[in-house]
Amino acid sequence: MNAGAPPPDRIYLDYASFAPVDPRVLAVMRPFLEAGIGNPSSPHSLGAEARASLDAARVKVARLCAGTASGVIFTSGATEANNLAIKGAALAAREPGTARIVVSSVEHISVVNVCRDLERSGAVLVFLPVDGEGRVDLDALRAALAGDTALVSIGAASAEIGTLQPLAEVGRLTRAAGVPLHVDAVGAIGRVPLAVESLGIDLLTLSSNDVYGPPGAGALWVRPDVKLRPQILGGGQEGGYRSGTENLPALVGLGVAAEIMRTEGLHGEAARLAALRDRLRDGLLAAIADCRLTGARAARLPHHLSLALRGVKADGILLDLDLAGFAASSGSACASLTETPSATLRAIGCSPEEMEGSLCFTLGRWSTAADVEAVLERLPSIVTRLRSLAAAVRR
Amino acid sequence: MFNPDKQIDCTGLFCPMPIVKTREAIKQMVAGQILEMLSDDPASDPDIKSWAQITGHELVDVSKQGAVYRFLVRKTR
Repeated sequence: MNAGAPPPDRIYLDYASFAPVDPRVLAVMRPFLEAGIGNPSSPHSLGAEARASLDAARVKVARLCAGTASGVIFTSGATEANNLAIKGAALAAREPGTARIVVSSVEHISVVNVCRDLERSGAVLVFLPVDGEGRVDLDALRAALAGDTALVSIGAASAEIGTLQPLAEVGRLTRAAGVPLHVDAVGAIGRVPLAVESLGIDLLTLSSNDVYGPPGAGALWVRPDVKLRPQILGGGQEGGYRSGTENLPALVGLGVAAEIMRTEGLHGEAARLAALRDRLRDGLLAAIADCRLTGARAARLPHHLSLALRGVKADGILLDLDLAGFAASSGSACASLTETPSATLRAIGCSPEEMEGSLCFTLGRWSTAADVEAVLERLPSIVTRLRSLAAAVRR
Repeated sequence: MFNPDKQIDCTGLFCPMPIVKTREAIKQMVAGQILEMLSDDPASDPDIKSWAQITGHELVDVSKQGAVYRFLVRKTR
């Protein structure tokens, strides 16, 4: 499975920001780009073939989240799916102008900004506090559900700190209150058990690239009785919920990627990644002083490690790592654009110093034990060097 | 009270754009000058406070008219 893996001269630890597309997925996509099997709405036999392929992809994506195939709405990615879920549900509520939306304080920016936009036009936003590991406060959720709430949106896992939310408990509360529950499942789907029926999830966002499919595709799974206002209008594709000719090559790719992810999940991939991640975590915590894990230790994404280091800036570490052939991240693209600590790190109570020294490593299908050993060999000396430079500047 | 040396209007934009544009504007100013930034993203208030704290620029005033925040930032260095 080496084809499709990142170039061998680079050790790739940033799967959460982009995953290499699986070569098996690419192989299936190719004919859909080359042979005229493009528009599922076309009235000729190639159109019929396109329709059949699209429906097959829908079944595979539904299987990954254990929901009905008719509930899958294909989108251009997770951001669009989050927009459709939240705006669609809020604007379909009884009092759309003043809809009440409940979200956690560690959501992705594509959830937060959609909520902020609704807030500008009168919606009431309730941000649920989280504990020091980023887990949402269930008592606060229970209290928030007392009002007339249009939607609860809680991500399955934080992309920045990896913590899994207690979705079973969340789902029990929202179901008892009769409030639709939206779950942004990016990062978690295919890596941890996530079945929409048993968890009481009404809307679920997933991303194609997150499961080694092509970028620019995603899906929102919607329970059949949930009311949504479409956000992209036109020819009525995707059951009228998302107009525009479907991006068939990418969606066929997403279908195959979902199927591979599901079967791989049955064969212990999560445990393999968690073992690599644990080795990386234990090794780095032992070798680097003033360094701690952020997010939960056990209830976290299996491929995810996030750390907060004191006395050194993440930017410098990432630059040195890059020069040494390692690709990692600080966990938040937004934070590096603005020099501002991320809302997630603020919500879990990191100190300003820790927020500047936040690192995030995400492993994936082509990660190996040798990759982990290479980081363990290199990163501690990079941190030591940068810390002594910083100390010299202070003197 | 404070006369801004430069103004930017970030209404309609969302995080991180008000901070990105503030950062760009501040870069082109000289120390001591004051930037006025307008934003109607409710997240701008905590964001700009946090940004000022991290970067060391001085947030000299925050006011709000209707849904629009007005931030005055003095470039310190």
